[in-house]
Amino acid sequence: MNSREITTQISKAADFLNLKKWDYGASFSNDYSVQVDKGEAKQLKASQKQILTIRVWNQSNLVGITTTSDISESGIKKALRQANIASDFGNKNETTEFSPLAKDPIEVKEVKKRNPVGIKKLLTLLRGAEVKLLESHESIKSVPYNGLSESFFERVYANSEGAFRSYSKSQAALYLYARAEEKNKKPRSSGSVKLGYGADDIDIESCIEEASNKTISHLNYSSIKTNKYLICFSPESFLTIINAFSSMFNARSIIDGVSLSNKNSIGEKLSTEALNIYDDGLHEKNISSTPFDGEGTPTKRLCLINKGRIENFIHSESTARIFKTTPTGHAGLGSKVSVSPDWIVVEKSEENIELKTSLDHSTYEGEFVYIEELNAIHAGVRASQGSFSLPFDGWLYKNGKKISIESATVAGDIKYLLKNIVNIESSQEVTTSGISPHIWVDELSITGDA
Amino acid sequence: MLSSQIKSNEIVFGCCNKDLLEEIIFYGIGLGADFVEIFIENTDNSSVLAEEDFITSVSPSFGRGAGIRIFKGKKDGFVSTNDLTKHGLMRSVSQAIEMLDITNNNREVFNGLNKHRDYSLSKKKWINEVPSIHEISEKLLVSTKSLKKNNKIITRKGSYSRNLQEVIIASSDGTYVSDIRLHQTVGLNVIASDAQYRSSGSRRFGSSGMPNEFRLWDHEKAANDVFETSMNMLYADYVDAGQMPVVLANKFGGVIFHEACGHLLETTQIERGTTPFENKLNEKIAHESVTAIDEGISEGSFGSLSVDDEGMEPEKSVLIKDGILKKFISDRAGELRTGHKRTGSGRRQNYSFAAASRMRNTYIAKGEHSKEDLINSISDGLYCKSMGGGSVGATGQFNFAVEEGYLIKNGKLTSPVKGATLIGDAKEVMPKISMCGNDLELAPGFCGSISGSVNVTVGQPHIKVDSITVGGR
Repeated sequence: MNSREITTQISKAADFLNLKKWDYGASFSNDYSVQVDKGEAKQLKASQKQILTIRVWNQSNLVGITTTSDISESGIKKALRQANIASDFGNKNETTEFSPLAKDPIEVKEVKKRNPVGIKKLLTLLRGAEVKLLESHESIKSVPYNGLSESFFERVYANSEGAFRSYSKSQAALYLYARAEEKNKKPRSSGSVKLGYGADDIDIESCIEEASNKTISHLNYSSIKTNKYLICFSPESFLTIINAFSSMFNARSIIDGVSLSNKNSIGEKLSTEALNIYDDGLHEKNISSTPFDGEGTPTKRLCLINKGRIENFIHSESTARIFKTTPTGHAGLGSKVSVSPDWIVVEKSEENIELKTSLDHSTYEGEFVYIEELNAIHAGVRASQGSFSLPFDGWLYKNGKKISIESATVAGDIKYLLKNIVNIESSQEVTTSGISPHIWVDELSITGDA
Repeated sequence: MLSSQIKSNEIVFGCCNKDLLEEIIFYGIGLGADFVEIFIENTDNSSVLAEEDFITSVSPSFGRGAGIRIFKGKKDGFVSTNDLTKHGLMRSVSQAIEMLDITNNNREVFNGLNKHRDYSLSKKKWINEVPSIHEISEKLLVSTKSLKKNNKIITRKGSYSRNLQEVIIASSDGTYVSDIRLHQTVGLNVIASDAQYRSSGSRRFGSSGMPNEFRLWDHEKAANDVFETSMNMLYADYVDAGQMPVVLANKFGGVIFHEACGHLLETTQIERGTTPFENKLNEKIAHESVTAIDEGISEGSFGSLSVDDEGMEPEKSVLIKDGILKKFISDRAGELRTGHKRTGSGRRQNYSFAAASRMRNTYIAKGEHSKEDLINSISDGLYCKSMGGGSVGATGQFNFAVEEGYLIKNGKLTSPVKGATLIGDAKEVMPKISMCGNDLELAPGFCGSISGSVNVTVGQPHIKVDSITVGGR
């Protein structure tokens, strides 16, 4: 069945079960991936997957939901029945409705959908990449984590009031994580990830070069003395931190009491006036962009922090109603509708007067710690308390020289971090999770050697 | 009707599918595969969330799918699909064969499937014995109400999830088994707040194959534990970073062994060349006080299985005996590629993942010391009463968040501290576990890795690590 036929099938089954109000979200995907081990194919994977999530409203306007991979006629009927039963337990204190924007026009950029290149070509490309990476430096002994994949998927949202949205696209991903070993030294590992609309769009050479350079650059390492340091966050690591604490901008988290913000936080000064942060799921560099969210609300660019102050929260239909505003296109369909950011864009605003320095990571010769990548986010971030303690990969810069840091964590508080930004570099870099310049923060605790 | 009389063109759960499965396997072997494995599942899941004094989410889900794995030499092709018809399964086999570029005819022989081994016989009634959504909701609401012990508690949550998974596993070595797995978990979480101070507390409980377990769960005790943690930590200072001796509590304290060492004893790590223990079999890798076990047989434990996802009964594997490495955790691919015998540890989240060597119930065996012996032996250190999550990197470096910690001064527990992270390297830390308590207890958890998220148990008695890096402020 295609998505129109599924909609018709759901409509018929809902009529049969006397269910007047319903909506659904579905995704259909075909994925192919390869992994290699020293030139040999290791595992080759293909999957065909379909997921259907149906919500129904009962006569008391309470919502029930069911998710299934069975989109046969009987599967759809069963899902509707189960959702109807679940609606008896619907949340009476926070009702859910259709998004008022579910029929608004959506902004569909040029559809960059590629044709599959096929497993054999994926394998050839990945084998070649592995060989080149192994040959790039004598210390690189293996590429233990590697993969090249391509996915082709369609997302659908429809409801009983006639809203229907469908969007299909393709995406490919390459990751290469190399392991370097030298005598009498600990093994070191680093890597690179690249995305594209198709396998042919991926810049394989730059992925190899980045993985190699990063891995080699960690070969000469040393422990770091536990202390407070001036920190330069790479674009990737700063975006990691912002995403980890995105509950500050999340209306769902605020209502649930797990955010550092509250309903009155709009306008609160969090950082220097030089900081702007947007959520921009439709950004042209966002390979993973989708034009509508789980409730069918169009995706759009939204300013979260304007000149250091909270400007907007991200919303679903129900949180927007509670906050007396409009949905922002950040909902995930579920029994309890989730809210999450799409793609964060960090910018330097025109108000630079509060920045205490003009530090530049490529020229500064004083002592600082460069944080390249933060790890173990799920273990080291307490979003509801604002604290973090995270292992990282990075370097200590001193007297114009840099040395890789053997093993260390950076710890602090997100509000302290944002308030202590001393410079935002001008040029932005595109990463897989957003865009950001390098960000300098003073006086963060690093734990290394005692 | 006798099962052999059924000639179905689609997998039917609850019936014998032998003819169809044999046909699919014959097809794969005939096309040149060395080995064909079919994993089919049917799931029926539910989850319920209570927030404050209301049920805010009830989420049922169900689904079916198949994962087909073909081996040729040491490489394998894996295809997953929701299409359980004969046509769909054969198409998946063809796709896997094509991916592996198999063109030659095979010398492998498939002699048909063995007699069906049905592990689900006594389990078919489980679905009728598990609590209803109504019953679950009522108990969760009572539980979240129990958390409301003072006005500093600003957020209360209780969550329950039930996964019922029916599986059929058939492969060209004759394996033909079916099973039903039931996993239930329940968790409680609070956030406490007072002026600028904030803390949280959480506990998760879980069982496998015990439909009545949620009914028997002592929610009052659980609520008291969670409340106590949040209150103890509310005004805690941040811990000072440094190297120090630590005592890790029992139960979920076992996550340190799971992350720091257990993952490195999975054959997938040998395949990747990312374990420092690859060539250390029968060598000392830990302090002589450490004996560590991975097994899938403890009744009711969250990581227990009647049969693994490759159709093998799980064994009790003594991984480390008195500090000496004795065994790796292995699956079919691990045995093929590394030579380590399978241990009944081939596991996957669902049909869309190929099985991999994964831990089940993993714990450090009990020693002879009391908890007090361990604490009394430290003049200046940290007691980690409750652990958060953790992870291990590609070079064996691990880290764990400490959810509830206390300073140890002169052999006594003193003030609570927050923000601690334990950082180390398995090879360096294992020899430093110098004392094991006599109070082994297990705790459930979820482990995410190459074959998805699987239910596991971690565990240990109280243990003392002579020196470890504690990250803080």
